[in-house]
Amino acid sequence: MAAHPLIHGPSTPAELLLADVHVLDSRAGIDARHDVLVRDGHIAELGEPGAIEGPEGIETVEGRGRHLLPAFVDPHVHLRTPGQEHKEDLETGTRAAAAGGFGAVIAMPNTDPVIDSAPLLRSLRDAAAREARVPVGFLAAITRGLAGEDMTEMAELREQGALGFTDDGRSVSSAGTLRKALQYQRLCGGVISLHEEDPTLSHGGSMCEGSVSAALGIAGIPTVSESTMVARDAELAMYESARVHFQHLSCAASVQALAHARSAGARVSAEVTPHHLLLTDESVRGLDTRMKMNPPLAGESDRQALIAGLREGTIDCVATDHAPHAREEKEVPFEQAPMGTTGLETAFAALYTGLVLTGELPLGLLVQRMTAGAALFGLTTPTIATGEPANLTLVDLDAEYLAGERGWESRSENCCFAGRRLHGRVLLTLAAGAVVYRERVFSVVAA
Amino acid sequence: MNHLLSIEDLDRAAIERIVTQAARFAEVSDREIKKVPALRGRMVLNLFYEASTRTRSSFELAAKRLSADVVNFAVNGSSVEKGESLKDTVLTLSAHKPDAIVLRTPWAGAAELVSRWCSAAIVNAGDGKHEHPTQALLDVYTLRERLGGIDGASIWIVGDVAHSRVARSNIIAFQRMGAHVTVAGPPTLIPRGIDALGCEVRYTLDDLGSADVVYALRMQRERMSETWVPSLREYAAWYQINGRRLHPRQVLMHPGPVNRGVELAGEVVDSPQALIAEQVQAGVVVRMAVLYELLAGVHVPRPVPEPQLA
Repeated sequence: MAAHPLIHGPSTPAELLLADVHVLDSRAGIDARHDVLVRDGHIAELGEPGAIEGPEGIETVEGRGRHLLPAFVDPHVHLRTPGQEHKEDLETGTRAAAAGGFGAVIAMPNTDPVIDSAPLLRSLRDAAAREARVPVGFLAAITRGLAGEDMTEMAELREQGALGFTDDGRSVSSAGTLRKALQYQRLCGGVISLHEEDPTLSHGGSMCEGSVSAALGIAGIPTVSESTMVARDAELAMYESARVHFQHLSCAASVQALAHARSAGARVSAEVTPHHLLLTDESVRGLDTRMKMNPPLAGESDRQALIAGLREGTIDCVATDHAPHAREEKEVPFEQAPMGTTGLETAFAALYTGLVLTGELPLGLLVQRMTAGAALFGLTTPTIATGEPANLTLVDLDAEYLAGERGWESRSENCCFAGRRLHGRVLLTLAAGAVVYRERVFSVVAA
Repeated sequence: MNHLLSIEDLDRAAIERIVTQAARFAEVSDREIKKVPALRGRMVLNLFYEASTRTRSSFELAAKRLSADVVNFAVNGSSVEKGESLKDTVLTLSAHKPDAIVLRTPWAGAAELVSRWCSAAIVNAGDGKHEHPTQALLDVYTLRERLGGIDGASIWIVGDVAHSRVARSNIIAFQRMGAHVTVAGPPTLIPRGIDALGCEVRYTLDDLGSADVVYALRMQRERMSETWVPSLREYAAWYQINGRRLHPRQVLMHPGPVNRGVELAGEVVDSPQALIAEQVQAGVVVRMAVLYELLAGVHVPRPVPEPQLA
């Protein structure tokens, strides 16, 4: 691959002493209080609390009682550029990522125009080199215009830095077309990332099929719309020895199909979103359009299966599927509203509150699952160790607040967790060696 | 009661209060001058995003009999066709300060949404396939007039339950009034999970004889963008209510307009068991009662809720 896969705007290498922070990076085997010295954007030294003397003039961040984690990696975001900048752009989207503690994100190609040719990808990467606060990687489309018919020039797109391919927002409904892309992957590499939905089963649906959709009179999307496609495409992947990633799994049957494929040796991986881990179709009862997303929120047994799948490792990682939409687009009747919720700014706190504090997932494992997306797409996993570039997130686990009470960094505000009481606030994010986010502190200083 | 958004919001006492008031208004309809001054000077706005003759004219008649002013706003040929959103249309029309807005849309939850955007009382006259509360109220009224009450009665709702807001509102309303509800129809037109509303589900009419009331739904051919049943001929063979299936002790209801020869055979439409004309009459008095309940005695403008996202 010719081009560097992750790209970000101009930044200044950080010089910081993080004093007496609780460093937690289970992969690196660290779970203890340390001083962490960052010099020239790299972790220069890890020492006992109080052991490191900050060099002259260096900023010291008092970290007592705070946790320092490897910065999260989100393999699934929508930055809406080009063409839908009224929802989000590279700058606002990566600002939201930074505020959520993410040190890298992977953007989807279902923009307007679709990222299905090398010149488009090149110009998008050029824009990211000016505007992105956090390093961004890009997936390109599998089929031209996401039409599900003709393959894109996948090899050239790979040369221009595409991390992989997806028709996200749609499935590749023709098995024959997908099979060709999987075969072609042997030439060009890159992960084939799949949004699974059988349009003949989901069509016309606005929420998950079940007792809630029946009561509301809203056309339902059956969970088999996703799970049958996961099963089909896992078989195709196995047959072609291809590397496939399943996006935003939403139901128990999909987790089962995935587990079956894994045990049979398929090279498959999968992600799950915070909203599918924490909410069910009961949240749709009030017809709040922030609860409308694709795949839709399913039932409680599905949610439990997703949590178990993430805990046991059948599901590899958390992805937000951050999908911003403008206020006027969401402020319409439920069936008319576009699908999607924002998620970058609430992911960690929502999962910490909803899964860690409830005892369903250890904090260390949550952090692993929130960083595991990197390796799946061939990126370096953020690690807290001497000599590593500083990809760090400082959080205050005790902070308690209402999601969105200070507004959002994202251009859009369609967050399904808005108004919920959350624990865990991101105070500081370092990505690729630079400070990309600091909690806004409003304090009046006497003149 | 500030709005009538769904039957779900009404307890048995509220339903009884409205149908009792409707019975009082029924007496007005028999007078030579069919008008009372209860809502003189108040304005009722009919805002219809879907074609409707009977519901709209029924609301119009109800408002006029209460001496209210009525403005009909049909979407055809309006600013909506120029791309105006529901919110902007409602905000614009609200500038005329209507006391009540009667709203029909093809979208579930639209009435509730609109109730957050303006200070008028909102009457849901059908929101997508979700609810049609005044239909349920007039059906309860009609049955009460004929049967005296429906406590313990067995009511079968037959046909296309999936696409029917009438079915959903009636399942709730009939149960709230003490009836036992069974829905029956082709499996493709009975939504998965509908039994969570408390009704029984059948796929044949074999046990229809146990019903006291047979409520046939309209096969909404105009809304069917795909094949839900192999043919209307086969549908009729299995689910049509005809003289053979309808027992003389049963009463028959239908929300209209009827497809003769599809869900109902002509002979039962014209039979004395059919309450279809009574339902239409009940429509006016029940809607008078609803408007009266919402507007009579309410003079202070309601507070407009804080605007919020969706």
